[in-house]
Amino acid sequence: MRQTLWTLATLLSHWRRHPANLATLLVGLAIATALWSGVQALNDHARKSYASAAAAVSGADARALVSTRGGLFAQDLYIKLRLAGWKVSPVLEGTVRVGDKSLRLIGVEPLTLPRGARLVSLREGEGIADFLKSPGLGFAAPETLAQLSEGAKTERGLSLPPPRALDAAPPGALIVDIGVAQRLLDRPERLSRLMLEAKGAQPLASVVGDALRLVEPDEDSDLERLTGSFHLNLTAFGLLSFLVGLFIVHASFGLAFEQRLPTIRTLRAVGVSSRALIAAMAFELFALALFAGGAGVALGYVIARALLPNVAASLDSLYGAQLPERLTLDAGWALSGLGMALLGAASAAAGGLIRTFRLPVLSVARPQAWREAHRRYLRRQALVAGLAFAVAVGALLWGGGLVGGFALIAGGLLGAALGLPVALAGALALGERLAKGPVTRWFWADSRQQLPGLSLALMALLLALSTNIGVGAMVEGFRVTFTRWLDDRLIAEVYFEASDDDAGQRIEAWAAKRPEVEAILPVFRTKTQIANWPVEVGSLRAHETYAEHFPLLEHDANVWARLARGDAVLVSEQLARRLKLNVGGMLDIPTEGENWSAAIVGIYPDYGNPNGQLRVDIDAFERHWPRAPRVNFSLRVAPANVTGLIRDLRAEMGPRLVRLVDQAFVKNLSLKIFERTFAVTAALNTLTLIVSAIALLASLLTLSALRLAQLAPAWAMGVTRKRLAALELSRIILFAAATALFAVPLGLFMAWCLVAVVNVEAFGWRLPFHLFPGQWARVFAIALLTAFLAALAPVLRLARAAPADLLKVFANES
Amino acid sequence: MNQSATTTPSHERARKPLLRVVGVKKNYATPQGVLEILRGVDFSLEAGASLALMGESGSGKSTLLHLVGALDQADAGDIFLDDMSLATLGEAARAALRRETLGIVFQQFNLIPSLTVADNLAFQARIAGRCDPDWQGELTRRLGLAELVARYPEQLSGGQQQRVAVGRALASRPRLLLADEPTGNLDEATGEAVLTLALELVATTGCAFLMATHSARLAARIGRRALLSGGGLTLL
Repeated sequence: MRQTLWTLATLLSHWRRHPANLATLLVGLAIATALWSGVQALNDHARKSYASAAAAVSGADARALVSTRGGLFAQDLYIKLRLAGWKVSPVLEGTVRVGDKSLRLIGVEPLTLPRGARLVSLREGEGIADFLKSPGLGFAAPETLAQLSEGAKTERGLSLPPPRALDAAPPGALIVDIGVAQRLLDRPERLSRLMLEAKGAQPLASVVGDALRLVEPDEDSDLERLTGSFHLNLTAFGLLSFLVGLFIVHASFGLAFEQRLPTIRTLRAVGVSSRALIAAMAFELFALALFAGGAGVALGYVIARALLPNVAASLDSLYGAQLPERLTLDAGWALSGLGMALLGAASAAAGGLIRTFRLPVLSVARPQAWREAHRRYLRRQALVAGLAFAVAVGALLWGGGLVGGFALIAGGLLGAALGLPVALAGALALGERLAKGPVTRWFWADSRQQLPGLSLALMALLLALSTNIGVGAMVEGFRVTFTRWLDDRLIAEVYFEASDDDAGQRIEAWAAKRPEVEAILPVFRTKTQIANWPVEVGSLRAHETYAEHFPLLEHDANVWARLARGDAVLVSEQLARRLKLNVGGMLDIPTEGENWSAAIVGIYPDYGNPNGQLRVDIDAFERHWPRAPRVNFSLRVAPANVTGLIRDLRAEMGPRLVRLVDQAFVKNLSLKIFERTFAVTAALNTLTLIVSAIALLASLLTLSALRLAQLAPAWAMGVTRKRLAALELSRIILFAAATALFAVPLGLFMAWCLVAVVNVEAFGWRLPFHLFPGQWARVFAIALLTAFLAALAPVLRLARAAPADLLKVFANES
Repeated sequence: MNQSATTTPSHERARKPLLRVVGVKKNYATPQGVLEILRGVDFSLEAGASLALMGESGSGKSTLLHLVGALDQADAGDIFLDDMSLATLGEAARAALRRETLGIVFQQFNLIPSLTVADNLAFQARIAGRCDPDWQGELTRRLGLAELVARYPEQLSGGQQQRVAVGRALASRPRLLLADEPTGNLDEATGEAVLTLALELVATTGCAFLMATHSARLAARIGRRALLSGGGLTLL
């Protein structure tokens, strides 16, 4: 023990003498942990929020009955089940808009809520009588309550019940009596689901036929299923940042090991056993990892808090999922962050520890040992790179799903990163062979000697740059495609939503009389469920607008004529991919009556929609979904007449209009949602780039101490310090430029993987592949700038090095 | 060819030797074939006795010192310290032997760069559990390091570094001090001074002293000398 403690003290004294190396190590590990745990904090927070939202009404392990056909079902079914002795409680959920915010309304019947439900506390509160009496009460979480004012109105002009605080309420939701919810949502006598506390004596089918199905508690909630891909993407990004951070840690540990090699040999020579040495090194590693990991977890919390508004906006706009604004985390999250730090540090230091264990006490000095060692290292690295590429090819050929997609990217990136030093070594050897002057020849040879020390930082830079190009190309490609798609899809000039069916008919009749209105296109909507997946059904009225503009990926030759016949559907791309549907096939669609078997005559892109979607002819829609609301319309109007028509429509129909907007507004809103959706990706992308810049800076700073000994002979032979500094700077910029050149094809490979594999698996749509050479030039410039900034301090130090410092290299005695 | 030598004077024959080297052989594999460095070396050294190992570069002086110092293992033969066979010792026991029984001074000083002079001096004694502040203070004073205790090795001259190395090796009061060309990196005057100090301290502690050197002049100061040549050892 005494031996281990003194050895530990000696090992730790190294860091006191090399604070820059220590700082690099701690910063690297802290950043790696921070990005990982920050992303995990967001994921945990979101998952807890979904679970809390589900448990608020149902209890953590309650079962539910939902419509077999998807969407809402009749309240009669609830009454039938209660009469048959089934202990069920009705729930109606929907969204209303209050001002510019959406609010989730949850209608419950407090007296029948299952015992495990958190909202059961409603029964015990003093306000239960007021809750049940008109106008009722609304209960919301305190932070949701803060955004609601007394007397707030929905978009239909209906007043919300007076809101009260209830801790058990899920965020972004207002709990109201079921009757109030049916009125506010305009869904009289309709329910979303029944929470089941106990089954009755009669089987379900004998009471309600096949109208309802049982959902087991272990089935993921809709939100969990829908958002799964989003969170997996975040995790993948967090992991990538963690790996880039680990490159720094690996480089720092490697350098510390090389610097401490003589000390380790001396320790062994004076009698420190290898076991005591390993124990001390392991303890040192543990202490450093714990310290840096702790800082990383704290920084992760800060990052998560900073990113939370963007993540919440993305989840809200993509999936309608509400996240509380206050980040709540538990000890498990912090411990898992620390665990990752320990694991990362251990993996980064494992090589050094193993070498220490195997280190002979006596070493035989061998000339050019670094060259041989580096050759062996390059051979090994090339082999591992080959294996990583093989994994990527395997994932492409035989892998499936999102995990296969990420394995393809990971294999490709890792293989290319490991192959980078091999390729650079080859290029430098060629440069050395072609060089003419002695200084130029020395420059190339010296660059080769630098490669082992810099290769980890360059690999980290390569990963960050290629990720930047890959993700950037995907996002930019999506932006271009999405904008074009919006132009095609949003053809009508005016869009409105009526407060109810009657108002819809009145406005339609009014618009029909207006000479400037060229066409009225009702877009009625309802929901159903196909193969347990939520699907929206929208109506189309046969009109040249669609035939000319509606974007289709694949279609039957007579698509519009067949659709107008009323026995065919258009299917969104994500639904077609998920259910493996093709044009020419048939689709069984649950309706309000019998299932409807329709021919598939076209597949259309529907970017950004997590649900599947169908488009059917308006007559077929009214036939199969007679109870669906008929409130959404779009109007074709000459652009010059839009402002006047909107003004007249608002003046004439006022309260009958829930929403009235023009095309520009809808496009603007869609683009805003798009920007918010990718805000997190952009932030993580930038953070990864910053981490790689730190990696390069850290490597250069730690190497600069060793560089003096390598450059002193050249200085002694007459190369000025300024020239040495200039050569040093050009060397780093050369390395960065070569890395950036590698990053372009690698980034394009990543973009292709994201577009053709990951997006298709995660979201169900495939984007056209776009190239953005301007973006490559930007990344190239960023690489050069990063290298320049990282090299500046060490190079200036060299340029200003006192002759005495350089002379020390040659002094054995003084 | 193999010769054995003993340094035991006739009037001390009754005393038991501290170190016995018996038929030690050591080979190295080289690209040109096996190189026989030691071809069966025998000698012994009593407690408190000193011996200078002389020989040309490559004659095996350092190799023999490394074997005696439990830093390396012989291919054949055995080395006994207080009748304990080194060949039978495992890695941990060899490390214990180095820190508790031996003191080693290297040609390259081998100080720990991140520790101050004071901590370097005390290091081996500390891990051996034999740290004696009085003895360390005396060592510091006699080695002329009192003004330098807070410095780091890189801030010292070669002579100063070697004095710290001698102090470190003696701080744990070893029973046998091994020195491998301790003045090889020093100029003549500094080397002389370091050796004088080392011999004085050896006399103070009463430990045995085995020094490898190629300098006949320095070897002459030890009193007993042996020559390593052609893989064998001859007592001079």
